Amino acid sequence: MARAVLSCLLAALLLSSLGRPAAAEPLTADVSTHLIAITTGFTGSDVVLFGATDGPGDVVVLVRGPEGLATVRRKGRVAGFWLNVESVRFERVPAYFSMASTRPLEEFTSPAVRQREQFGTRYLRFDARREPSAETIARFRDALIRTKTDDGLYAGAAGQVRFLGERLFRTNIRFPANVPTGTYTVDVFLVRDGEVVAAQATPLVVSKIGVGADMADIAHRHAALYGIIAVLVAGVAGWLAGIIFRRN
Amino acid sequence: MTVYLPIAEMSVSIFLLIGLGAGIGFLGGVFGVGGGFLMTPFLIFIGVPPPVAVASTANQVIAGGVTSAYSHWRRRTIDMRMAGIVVAGGFVGSLAGVLLFGLLRRFGQIDLFISLSYVILLGTVGTLMAIEATRTFLRRRHATAGRRRLHQHYWAHGLPFKMRFPRSRLYISVLMPLSLSFGIGVLSGVMGVGGGFVMVPAMIYLLGMPTQVVPGTAQVQIVFVAASATLLQAIQHQTVDALLAFILLIGGVVGSHFGSVMSTRLRGEQLRGLLALLLLAVAGKLLVDLTLTPGDIFTVVTQRI
Repeated sequence: MARAVLSCLLAALLLSSLGRPAAAEPLTADVSTHLIAITTGFTGSDVVLFGATDGPGDVVVLVRGPEGLATVRRKGRVAGFWLNVESVRFERVPAYFSMASTRPLEEFTSPAVRQREQFGTRYLRFDARREPSAETIARFRDALIRTKTDDGLYAGAAGQVRFLGERLFRTNIRFPANVPTGTYTVDVFLVRDGEVVAAQATPLVVSKIGVGADMADIAHRHAALYGIIAVLVAGVAGWLAGIIFRRN
Repeated sequence: MTVYLPIAEMSVSIFLLIGLGAGIGFLGGVFGVGGGFLMTPFLIFIGVPPPVAVASTANQVIAGGVTSAYSHWRRRTIDMRMAGIVVAGGFVGSLAGVLLFGLLRRFGQIDLFISLSYVILLGTVGTLMAIEATRTFLRRRHATAGRRRLHQHYWAHGLPFKMRFPRSRLYISVLMPLSLSFGIGVLSGVMGVGGGFVMVPAMIYLLGMPTQVVPGTAQVQIVFVAASATLLQAIQHQTVDALLAFILLIGGVVGSHFGSVMSTRLRGEQLRGLLALLLLAVAGKLLVDLTLTPGDIFTVVTQRI
């Protein structure tokens, strides 16, 4: 089913890119779904990205989650106990980050380009809230990226973008079970002779669906009502259990 | 089979949660405590964020509390007047506890505070119970049948605002149960525990209540304090995962029923001795964790804007 849909979409893309003058659309891309639904049985999801170029070149795909604040704390030994002694707050930290490219980035981009386009976790631009020494920020930054990578939310290594023939390309984007909700952006870049010649951004929404979504929604929008229901459900369950076990 | 927890924002095996609820419910049933003091550390261990673990445990504790308070109520082993006083103290205490929780979370010391509170509390209560159980055990062996007083008098009996508690055969200052329940309310707000493991020994040793009315009265306090802590956490921090609490309590009610059946086969001091060992083991584990070099000295907390 998914495969059939995909090939139809690819065919449509190919036709549209062939029908127009090549120079007008150097890069076209889209994802197999624009909505990732987190249901009660959610265990992660794969999204297929496909597209076409107007000629040879390398393709880089960046997926970025909604930005937020991150507090990184360092433990230190105080009187024999390990406790949090130092912290750095970072702003504009994407909740999710992954990357895929046709070849290893070092083979077709310069460090300056990677830095400018934020190709890779080490080029992500977080803003540190307070300004300790640059060295401290670097250490805390590394810790943040490492933790996110361990959680499966930042992809350490670049995934593979595959060309199907001359112009068509596709790649898989993996979203783990703990993927945060929000609006994501999928950026596709076409690189030729070490320079980005075309780019396209596509939105992607990760959202809770069903009972879980309603629960989270009520918990935030009607906090008092949610609390009362939570208390009543637990109380009634306990009371029912009391009645059932009395009979035994 | 996994289930997605909407507030904790993670997928967990449903059988793991039911098993966890049943195992801790069983221990709770055997020893007549809610088991919240075991639940919170376990949830944190399987990856539930600490604030969600604390708030959801408070929610789950309500169910077990209602089950056992209901059975005590039918057997008329509750001192309702005392229950009223400790509920009032516990309510104010849990309010203070939830506010303290928010404050500590902001300063980044919540994990340390939770761990240290556990170590101190479990360690103290465990040691006291171990000593008492050993003494009772020895006394029973040497069989000295002297006439015992109802309870010992100490400085707290000189406090003002004295009140009669006919059901407990006590005439004590109302400040004693009030301050005690306030303290346990604070714990409940901060640590997500019902406080049964502190309340039961405190009622016996500090207030001098007769043993048979203690568990029922303590359960009434636990239900109300856990309910107010749940409500306050829900309003203040939106960290109550009702689905998590519900799955845990399914296992919990079944486990605690079989636990209480089991408890009738053991003698009082044996039960207290075993509970003391359990408390000391948990305290020891947490203390060791605080002093061992952590695997990663960095921790990350993310926040939406």
